Amino acid sequence: MMVVKELDFQYNSSFQILRDIAFEALPGECLAVLGNNGAGKSTMLKCLNRILSPQKGTVLVDKNNVYQMPLYAVAQNMAFVAQGSQNSRLTVYDMVMLGRKPYIKWGIRKEDEKIVEAVIRQMNLESMAVRFVDELSGGEQQKVILARALAQQPKVLLLDEPTSNLDLRNQYEVLDLVLKVCRHNDIAVVIVIHDLNLALRYCDKFMLIKENQVYDYGSEEIITCESIEDVYQIAVNIHEIDGERVIVPKR
Amino acid sequence: MSKLEQTPPKRIDLQAYEQYKARNIFVLGVLFVSLILIGLLSLRAGSYDMSLVEIAKAVFGKAADSKVNTVIQNMRLPRVLTAVIGGFGLGISGCVLQAILRNPLASASTLGISQGASFGAAFAIIVLGAGAQGSTVASMKFSNPLLISFCAFICSMGVSVIILALSRFKKITPEAMVLAGVALSAMFQGATTLLQFFANEVQLASVVFWTFGDLGRTGWKEVRLMAVVVLAAALYFLFSRWNYNALESGEQTAVSLGVNVNRVRIINMVLCSITAAIVVSYIGIINFIGLVAPHIVRRFIGNNHHYLLPCSALMGAILLLLGDLAARMVISPVILPIGAITSFLGAPLFLYLLFKGGGRK
Repeated sequence: MMVVKELDFQYNSSFQILRDIAFEALPGECLAVLGNNGAGKSTMLKCLNRILSPQKGTVLVDKNNVYQMPLYAVAQNMAFVAQGSQNSRLTVYDMVMLGRKPYIKWGIRKEDEKIVEAVIRQMNLESMAVRFVDELSGGEQQKVILARALAQQPKVLLLDEPTSNLDLRNQYEVLDLVLKVCRHNDIAVVIVIHDLNLALRYCDKFMLIKENQVYDYGSEEIITCESIEDVYQIAVNIHEIDGERVIVPKR
Repeated sequence: MSKLEQTPPKRIDLQAYEQYKARNIFVLGVLFVSLILIGLLSLRAGSYDMSLVEIAKAVFGKAADSKVNTVIQNMRLPRVLTAVIGGFGLGISGCVLQAILRNPLASASTLGISQGASFGAAFAIIVLGAGAQGSTVASMKFSNPLLISFCAFICSMGVSVIILALSRFKKITPEAMVLAGVALSAMFQGATTLLQFFANEVQLASVVFWTFGDLGRTGWKEVRLMAVVVLAAALYFLFSRWNYNALESGEQTAVSLGVNVNRVRIINMVLCSITAAIVVSYIGIINFIGLVAPHIVRRFIGNNHHYLLPCSALMGAILLLLGDLAARMVISPVILPIGAITSFLGAPLFLYLLFKGGGRK
């Protein structure tokens, strides 16, 4: 379980980007972080795993303070998938093995190989294990990056818009796959996502961020026409189609 | 977490991956064998003719003819080892610089380390009077080679200290570090030209002669020192291969994989600078090898630094040896300047490889 308290962040001498962020992410649950561009969502993710250093606040994973761990220990607890990750000319297998980096001292152990193979299987990547990542399609690349993050065996998985470059089918396929694995392994997921309908379908908890602060935080009930309008400044209708709520902007 | 490990033990078919690994090890083996062969060829080249078997024996001081022993041990072996160690160091440090600065153009010469060295050498020759004796280029000898190497080393380290200080205190990006290197190399080039403007003819000739590069300046003592530095750095680089792989995926991803990016960058910059500086200060400016060797092997084995590092090092050694062989053979007995030869022959080879691959990234 991850507990975040009183997180404040600002870049040198500029205005505050995050103010008093607090939330919890439970094992096996998926928390959607929603808000406008520039609201501070990505910055918040980067503060959680020390890519950025917040001025104030604590992040606890299973009661251990993330800011007091060495970086490799943070990486054993938390995995991060950056927005539009850069891909290098590594084979899929080597790229997923990179997820074992926080555990590897000199050489690869049998255990690492087993875990990498398991993750490759779980993400349906068996057929492309020896292909170079930069030769794969966007959807396949995203699966590889997610597989690398899962190979870290994290307690918390941070995803920064993992579906933003994917086609319709891949958006669902990738999220389906990764969230299934996370639920199965009790990994807490924090996902920054722009597609509200994807969020409604896959996420258990929601956090709305407006003007660098938490606007509302809770389960699906907090997603209403009013809250969406308030946060995104656009009028919407929420329809129910086949038992699922769908958000459609008003004409 | 344990559930991940408990997934059914059915192994996926990783035969293809084993083949890929075997292929990379094969490439490494081919490079190693080529290096040995070219080394032997290089030991054979020269006015005193001898058989390969005799040469192999003479390397260990066991040839029947004591003259052969002397020629190999005192003249040709130090030269060949200088080329091997120098190329090895330039190749591997080029590979590391390209990884940590995430820039395909990074190398000792693009970061200004080489230009710093040539300024140092020019300073030693012109201002400190460590210049040359002898009237023709072929007969030229420096009166104080140690001082020249020392000044070259100090100045090239100076360049990297400035770049490191900028990155440390001004928090500049890797792109800006490369740009700073370009600016510094221009500055040192200008400074060298200014020094040359006030030099007399003999000094001018010796500065130019030094920058040509020469593998024949080193004796056993220098070879040993170079070997210790280069091998120690190479060991550290090999130990860090996971960090380079992580950095290839971007800085933020590297941090999220537990890499302390700033520390890795600084330690590696220092080690690369020392390696390149010691090589350049002993053998002169050799521009192309650190840049090109990693790119050549990358085309065959991809970007996994597990293989890329040793292959780049071996490729660097091979290129420098081949360059030296060409420099000695083309219009023997005149030895052409090695720095010019490596660029002159290396660039077409590189262009060929670059465009042969077509649309491949």
